[in-house]
Amino acid sequence: MTGWPELEQFLRTDPRDVGCDQALRILHVYVELVLTESEQSAASRYPGVAAHLLACGPCADDYAGLLIAADGPAADVR
Amino acid sequence: MAIGDGPENCAWPRDAAVRPGGQREPDAESAELLHALHSAGPARQLALARLHALLLRVARSELGRREGRHPVTGPELDDLAHQAADDALMAITAKIGQFRGESRFTTWAYKFVVLEVSAKLGRHFWQRPTAALEADQWNRLPDRLGLRPDDVAEQLDLLAALRRAVEEQLTDHQRRVFTAIVVDGTPLDALVVQLGSSRNAIYKTMFDARRKLRAALAANGYLAVPRDGAADLDSVRRS
Repeated sequence: MTGWPELEQFLRTDPRDVGCDQALRILHVYVELVLTESEQSAASRYPGVAAHLLACGPCADDYAGLLIAADGPAADVR
Repeated sequence: MAIGDGPENCAWPRDAAVRPGGQREPDAESAELLHALHSAGPARQLALARLHALLLRVARSELGRREGRHPVTGPELDDLAHQAADDALMAITAKIGQFRGESRFTTWAYKFVVLEVSAKLGRHFWQRPTAALEADQWNRLPDRLGLRPDDVAEQLDLLAALRRAVEEQLTDHQRRVFTAIVVDGTPLDALVVQLGSSRNAIYKTMFDARRKLRAALAANGYLAVPRDGAADLDSVRRS
C-alpha cells in the first residue's frame, strides 16, 4: 500500500454527515452553542453538523463567518 | 449509510424552554427587535433600517474576510455588500415567522446575509473567473491536494489510479462534478450556479463520488479499506 494521507483524508466520508441543508438550517443554533458553551459541546450535541463542517469547505466558511459576526460587538438593535 | 441519514443529529436542544407551538421565548434584545419589526409605521421602518445596517456591516466584514479568494474590489465590493444586505433583509422579513428563538435573533438574521455573500460570490465567479482553466488540470492535482514535490515521483501511480477510478467508477454527473471541483478548482458555490443546482445536491454528489473513489483505491491496495466501506469495496470488486 502506497497511501497518500492528503488524498485519503479528502476521500474519507463520515456517515454522520448531515449534508449542507440540515447543517445550514441550524447553523445559527450551532454557532450560539459554540459561543455560549464550547465547540466541543456543540459538536457533541450535533455530531452530524460537526462532521459536515469538517468536510464541506463552503459550509465551514459560512460557519466561520457567522461565528465572527455573532461574536462581534454587541448588536446595537435598540 | 448515505449522507443526511443521521436521524437525530439535527434535533433541537431538548432542554430549552419551549412555548406552545414549538417556539422558544426569545431573549430580551431579540424580543425588542422582533416587536419593532412586527409593528407598523415609523417604528417598523426604524427597526428595518437598523437591521439593514447590521446586515450591511456583516456583509462587508464577510467580503473582507474572504479577500484574496475573490476578485471583487473597490466600489464593486461595496455594491455586492449592499446587494447581499438588501436580499438578506427581504428574506428575513419574509421568513420572520419561522424564527423560533433557538438563538439570538441577530445570529439567525446574520446567517441570511452570510449565505447571501456566499451565493453572490458564486455567481460572480462566472462573471470574472479568477484563473483561466487549463486543458488538463490533472497535472496540478498533487498541488491542490497538498502533495509535497518530493513525493510526486513515487505517487504517480496513485494519481493514475485515481484518474482511472474517476473514469471507471463514477457516473457522468459525478465525474463532471468531481473534475470541476477537485481537478479544475471551481468553487462549489460557482458550480451550483453553472449547473443550476444546490449546494446540498452538489455536496451529496461529491460525497458519493469520494466514497466510491476511496473504495476503488482501497480495493486496489492504494488506500486503507474504509471502516464503513465493505459494501462499497464489494461493489468495486464485482465491477
